[in-house]
Amino acid sequence: MELSIGADLFPILAGTLAAVTCGVLGNFLVLRRLSLMGDAISHSVLPGLVIAFIVTSTRDPVAMFIGAAAAGVATVVLVELVKKLGRVEPGAAMGVVFSVLFALGVLLIRQVEHLGQVDLDADCVLHGQLETLVWYGAPDTLSGLLDWGTFGAVPRQVTMLVVVCIAASVFVAVLFKELRIAAFDSELATTQGYHAGVLHYVLMVFVAVATVASFEAVGSIMVIAMLVCPAAAARLMTDRLGVQVWISVLLAIACGVGGYIAASAVPGWFGKDSVNAAGSMALVAGVLLVVVVFASPRHGVVHRWARRRSLARGMAADDLLAALYRRKEVGEASVGVGQVAAMLIGHSFGKALRGAVRGGHVSNDDGWLSLTDTGECAAARVIRRHRLWEDYLVGEAGFAPDHVHDPAEYLEHIPVEPSGGAETDPHGRSIPG
Amino acid sequence: MSASKVKKGSGGGGGLGARPEHSSDSPLSIHAVTVAYHRKPVLWDVDYDAPSNQLIAIVGPNGAGKSTLIKACLGLVPRASGEVEFWGGSYRQARSRIGYVPQRESVDWDFPVSALDVVCMGRYRKIGWCKPVTRSHKEAGLECLDRVGMRAYAHRQISMLSGGQQQRVFLARALAQEADLYFMDEPFAGVDAATERAIVEVLRELKGQGKTVIAVHHDLQTVAEYFDRVILLNMRVVAAGAVEDVFTRENLHKTYGGRLTLLSEAAEAIARAGGR
Repeated sequence: MELSIGADLFPILAGTLAAVTCGVLGNFLVLRRLSLMGDAISHSVLPGLVIAFIVTSTRDPVAMFIGAAAAGVATVVLVELVKKLGRVEPGAAMGVVFSVLFALGVLLIRQVEHLGQVDLDADCVLHGQLETLVWYGAPDTLSGLLDWGTFGAVPRQVTMLVVVCIAASVFVAVLFKELRIAAFDSELATTQGYHAGVLHYVLMVFVAVATVASFEAVGSIMVIAMLVCPAAAARLMTDRLGVQVWISVLLAIACGVGGYIAASAVPGWFGKDSVNAAGSMALVAGVLLVVVVFASPRHGVVHRWARRRSLARGMAADDLLAALYRRKEVGEASVGVGQVAAMLIGHSFGKALRGAVRGGHVSNDDGWLSLTDTGECAAARVIRRHRLWEDYLVGEAGFAPDHVHDPAEYLEHIPVEPSGGAETDPHGRSIPG
Repeated sequence: MSASKVKKGSGGGGGLGARPEHSSDSPLSIHAVTVAYHRKPVLWDVDYDAPSNQLIAIVGPNGAGKSTLIKACLGLVPRASGEVEFWGGSYRQARSRIGYVPQRESVDWDFPVSALDVVCMGRYRKIGWCKPVTRSHKEAGLECLDRVGMRAYAHRQISMLSGGQQQRVFLARALAQEADLYFMDEPFAGVDAATERAIVEVLRELKGQGKTVIAVHHDLQTVAEYFDRVILLNMRVVAAGAVEDVFTRENLHKTYGGRLTLLSEAAEAIARAGGR
């Protein structure tokens, strides 16, 4: 597939700018567990837009912005009121407010249509009009963009998104510390003179403005996806808020560019026409989130699974060595595989044994297992921890001597020794040095 | 009842009882504060003057309004009536001299910040709007972590700390505020023995530096050991003063009502306090 400047530059730019704007602001919604607020605001700006349109009879961007910002603030106020007076949970309050306001917006649009002033369309509110941002008479080469005439050709939606994207980025960069404390501990923020309530409203106004700016180009579905997905995915990839914001920006750019390319390229593989680019960007955001849920470094499903598995393997290996060591103590230098397997029921014995043989800890002589020299050292360490813990549990924690074996079985796998340098365990067996 | 009326009436005793004249030495003066949630009063006509350089416990049963009293002082919940003065002035003037340790459960410990980030939040007032946290503030934060024995955990994400360690981070944050008057909401709730010792040490250190601490405290057994003064609160101030004068069986009975288990606990506590 080939991208041309005329057909593709502005849609990609608009989608990416909208994604970045929403992605940056979304971090603070996700952290305050207010993701639904983005959903709420992006729906309830509709009546704000329509009322602004009815009052001014134009689609003047300034009027639209004021209408949308007012609607955003009204949403936040109404949600707080419903929560307080109706004593319902925040999610329910947001759900009630935005569905009612959206319905009001739809009704108002019908009225406007009645008056024959149809200039607002409920459909484009949902999925936007990225495809209409075609640049006729665009230069064929990238060097052709370096010309003053280029600026004149930039569509209004893109200019607006550039302005709002810069404003949102500056807002987050300059007030990063304030937004962080207000999101983490609103009471401390307020007592220090950073009024958390005011910051909350300012943030919501930004969300409303970002929504309106993105709206016309990409529609509300992508706005909602971008307010949640990049931030949620970034949260899983790091434990520092500053890093999280940067990752969310990169993910948002990936959604914007990747989504657009996917929208035109993927259907082509199946011989179909390209699909709605805004929808595809939202879809890419969802896919990215799923990938991160599985693959992220510390919180990811795959990592946690691998960690549990390696822990289980390590424990099985420790137990295998310890079992052979105990046998050796009573004079059996080599033990049959079947016997050892019977002692280690519930472990993945086969894997543990193969690992121990490969690691040179255990030699397998035709079904008879014995510890090598290095294996004996490793086994002695496990046994030492086990018996020191038994001694500690009896001496310090007040356990009965016949009740300490099972807890020590767990504790021996932790690479920490309890204090106290006993020479024998409570059962009289010597503790290897 | 207006606040000014209360002030005038304070010399005459009456239903409010005789109170000392408010002076600017007192770090905290509460005049006739009433707080109501949903029209139900939580605090009713509370008067209190905190003496300077003391460790003061607020004690009372669940729902007595202990946390609410602190939040009303800090302007975090609206007061239905009454006023609060700090060193004879308004809260706004005194803001940078007041530290606050909220309940540990009041924040989201999964938040993506390190222990040091949290401690540095205590210095945001000093840093000011729109300015980043500089190296010198981070150094100060590290020192505060050191004072509660948590320096080694400075760069851990806060969800990886135990409950007691989280409480110590909160305490370090309060130290970073470098305030003269501290409000602490249940600093001892659900902490391990080591953390309890660390907190007590910090409280004594603060007292040694001439600071005043007002803490909500749940454990009647340790009131006499850890604190100099006590406010017995149950919607109203039942009694307030030096622990040895006020922390009596009779006052505790009035504060806690007829709750037997608590009373026997209290009796034991008094016996221990008397035995010191």
